[in-house]
Amino acid sequence: MDLYHLKRKAIEIRKSIIEMLGRAGSGHPGGSLSIVEILVLLYYEIMRHDPNNPRWEHRDRLILSKGHAAPALYAILADLGYFPRSELLHLRRCDHILQGHPYNLDIPGVEATTGSLGHGLSFAVGVALAGKLDRKPYRVYVVLGDGEIEEGQIWEAAMSAYKYKLDNLCAVLDHNRLQIDGTVFEIKRLTTLPNKWRAFGWHVIEVDGHNFIQLRSAFQSAAAQNGCPTIIIAHTIKGKGVSYMENRLEWHGKAPKGEEISLALKELDAALKKLETEEAQKPNLKKFHT
Amino acid sequence: MQVASLRKAYGETLVELGRKNEKIVVLDADLAKSTHTYMFGEAFPDRFFDMGISEQDMMATAAGLAASGKIVFASTFAVFATGRAWDQIRIQIAYSQNNVKIVATHGGISVGEDGYTHQAIEDIALMRVLPGMRVIVPADANATRAVIKKVADVPGPFYVRLTRPPLPIIYEEVPNVEIGKGIILKEGKDVTLIAIGAMVYQALEAAKMLETMGITAKVIDMVSVKPLDEEVLLEAAHTTRTIVTCEDHSVIGGLGSAVAEVLGEKMPTRMYRVGIRDTFGVSGSPDELYEKFQLKAKHIVEKVTQML
Repeated sequence: MDLYHLKRKAIEIRKSIIEMLGRAGSGHPGGSLSIVEILVLLYYEIMRHDPNNPRWEHRDRLILSKGHAAPALYAILADLGYFPRSELLHLRRCDHILQGHPYNLDIPGVEATTGSLGHGLSFAVGVALAGKLDRKPYRVYVVLGDGEIEEGQIWEAAMSAYKYKLDNLCAVLDHNRLQIDGTVFEIKRLTTLPNKWRAFGWHVIEVDGHNFIQLRSAFQSAAAQNGCPTIIIAHTIKGKGVSYMENRLEWHGKAPKGEEISLALKELDAALKKLETEEAQKPNLKKFHT
Repeated sequence: MQVASLRKAYGETLVELGRKNEKIVVLDADLAKSTHTYMFGEAFPDRFFDMGISEQDMMATAAGLAASGKIVFASTFAVFATGRAWDQIRIQIAYSQNNVKIVATHGGISVGEDGYTHQAIEDIALMRVLPGMRVIVPADANATRAVIKKVADVPGPFYVRLTRPPLPIIYEEVPNVEIGKGIILKEGKDVTLIAIGAMVYQALEAAKMLETMGITAKVIDMVSVKPLDEEVLLEAAHTTRTIVTCEDHSVIGGLGSAVAEVLGEKMPTRMYRVGIRDTFGVSGSPDELYEKFQLKAKHIVEKVTQML
């Protein structure tokens, strides 16, 4: 997908997240908005997968370990046709498929049940081990929160991935620096993340997590690794795209209401307009060839 | 009295299954020599994963392998399997219905000298409370062989509890074990002893002692604790009118509770739960501990005679 369409898609997915959460009346906007570019690039360009055959055995797999960012995943899965878009209207509603956190059994396209933090990397290691065992070429992606890596299990899994040389495994760390009670530095003194992961034997890449070009080359570098897992430390902004939410703790787990919803959508629409205008003003190279 | 190791039977059965089915993989958490999964590891090194002292990691990795088409056995001591990794089992195995067979050894106070830290007397309660989790407790080595083959065949999550010490042979041949079915070992009309695991032997011995006192006891090996065999239980309650459950586990949440729940709702019956009575374990030999915590045949007899 070209850069323009990726950027467009990211804005559309952000709108979908806001609408979904607004309607649901609860949920987690901050950490959903921060991973939009990561998931958009993976689902619309990097991963081989088939919405008509969610259990295709050779598909690349994505495990959203930070399960509370489910709205971002649901918006994309619905957009791709894994399930009807109308389901997004019933997020977190009784007797509908979209649970508050991802659930593998009921929601097409969801690989793993997540929400209790720290599980996803181990699960991904299991999926990657099976791929190696069966000599299947699929790749496994897992999205971690930066607060999430305070869970000890993450580091247990980091050791397993290194031990089993899982070069088919690529983690993306959504490093938005905020968790519920404060910054990751204040709460658990999280620093020197690249060194921590390198010390565990991982190939580490740092990128701007909202920059498609940087993310793309990071995923390419991960795929080229031989014998070790990769983590992409993606520097992101919690609440990205909705200015009143950006870098604000209180938008971790609170849905926008009334005016807040229309304000957010207005801002995202304006961003879309701006993008379209910029695109229209670009010199059209094709013109020179006709 | 002939005894045989359940753990060894487990290891041997895994190897047998591994030969027939390439989908079977086995995980352990640095206790392979003790759980006997090492036997599978030696036979099929590619399909054996020692995850290290990382039970939480092991259970969630097991789920990932299962979600990718594998039939997964995950083993460690019962305390660590169920206590340390309960959240991972709850979400990744039970709720997600992944095809993982948790086979835990060192269930019960019969762990002995290591003391309470290593004695799982709450594990059945912890597993039984999870929707979608089935709990199976074989009574001897041959039953273990049958159970391991059965859970490999039946898709979905299982918790299988084995003991550290070898147990007296109850079944001369590998018995037919069905999920949700108890096995009637002896008929009787005055009282029914419902037992699991190591306590099946104690119940049979108690029945013999009762016989000399003119009391005939029915004995049921309730190998499938969940789903529980309600039919055999209600029939026994109806005919003998007195039930004694026997388990090397807390009387809270285990076999005794499961039986009481059914009887309380469907057929209130006089009953007593032989088991660990809401207290911690201590170090000692298994024999000393069965004496101290009143888990021996003579203690079952004592309770029965008090009740009748």
